Amino acid sequence: MNKCMERIYNGIVKENPTFVLMLGMCPTLAVTTTAVNGVGMGLSTTAVLVFSNLIISALRKIIPDRVRIPAYIVIVASLVTIVQLLLQAYVPSLYSSLGIFIPLIVVNCIILGRAEAYAAKNGPLESAFDGIGMGLGFTVGLTSIAIVREIIGAGAVFGMTFIPEDFRITIFGLAPGAFFVLAGLTALQNKFKAPSATNGSAAPSKLACGGNCMTCSGSACSANHAVLEEIRAKAEAEAAAAKKAAAEKAAAAKKAAAEKAAQADKQE
Amino acid sequence: MKELILVIVGAALVNNIILSQFQGLCPFLGVSKKVDTSLGMGGAVIFVIVLASIVTNLIYTFVLVPFNVTYLQTIAFILVIAALVQFVEMFLKKNVPSLYQALGVFLPLITTNCAVLGSALTNVQKEYNFIFSVANGFGTAVGFTVAIVLLASIRESIEDNDIPYNFQGSPIVLITSGLMAIAFMGFSGLIK
Repeated sequence: MNKCMERIYNGIVKENPTFVLMLGMCPTLAVTTTAVNGVGMGLSTTAVLVFSNLIISALRKIIPDRVRIPAYIVIVASLVTIVQLLLQAYVPSLYSSLGIFIPLIVVNCIILGRAEAYAAKNGPLESAFDGIGMGLGFTVGLTSIAIVREIIGAGAVFGMTFIPEDFRITIFGLAPGAFFVLAGLTALQNKFKAPSATNGSAAPSKLACGGNCMTCSGSACSANHAVLEEIRAKAEAEAAAAKKAAAEKAAAAKKAAAEKAAQADKQE
Repeated sequence: MKELILVIVGAALVNNIILSQFQGLCPFLGVSKKVDTSLGMGGAVIFVIVLASIVTNLIYTFVLVPFNVTYLQTIAFILVIAALVQFVEMFLKKNVPSLYQALGVFLPLITTNCAVLGSALTNVQKEYNFIFSVANGFGTAVGFTVAIVLLASIRESIEDNDIPYNFQGSPIVLITSGLMAIAFMGFSGLIK
């Protein structure tokens, strides 16, 4: 059970997808106009992430390695469609305000990234908890960015008013505000040297893409797999070569020592 | 004809895919260090989005609608786009090596770029017919190219500036994009 709690802590704090890994930037900037949208998007993504991790982890020994990315995409897309239909039926207001970003959960790098980095290698229970942790971390990230934007832009959050109308900066609720808030956040992370993918100080992530969404184009998860395998093979080959060289050296030294000893014997 | 132009201009400038729709941000921030590479990326995006608009529209009208399974559009579109990009890559590599050299490296990056899936879904949402879908896809992709090339040129020219330490790296890029987004908001009066 401890491991499961560790996964949740890891997702919310240590490897928070929004603040530390900088994954899934498109929804982070697009739907954080109001806190309610942020929570809705975060929870929808969480639902997809938990079940995709669960299913992919359960099928990890059945899916052939070569076709795993298409297989993952089909699983994720089916789950997204289910979530989309559920939202449309039961929370139509949220459905219309999130709009196209619900189907776009399919191409959110968090989901394929977790599938590739965690679910494909671990058991279903831990993978599901990894999904819960990462999803909640994403929800926390979206909601806090949304709260900042909504307080500055509209003066109110969750129906509570904080700033009188004259002092609101409307642009923070519009598209440019999203960029400014994220710029402020990353600048603060630089200032306090907080772990973040953007200033290169984050702990090396286990994600195949290195967890840096700034250089990610969405397909890094699949593209990097081959590269990573290559690096691993290279490292292994190097280690083996080093070991061999060391062994040879040792053997040579031994031989030299033996020869020297023999020579010394001869001289005597 | 007038409506077609309106759709293209609307998709390219007024509802710019990056600066007002927030789709395809990752390549926008990641591949915008140099103007050359951003032009290549833009070209590849135009190519793929236009092709994807054509194919997804055909799939939607001739497969999904007749069989009454339009709720499968997300799955169908993402699979079609992924297959299409793979196919285009193989085709270019074999038959048009010059084009492949220019666009090739960017093609795999685009498979799961949300701008491609996003524009395909927008076409369906707005009930565009075949011609309008292609026009909208083309406009969207041109908007992407304009934005990414502009950002790349700005980044090239501010490279040697004395940026405050805390804002070096991604913060300044984000602020630049924010200012560009403000500028692009000025286009909103262009249509209607």
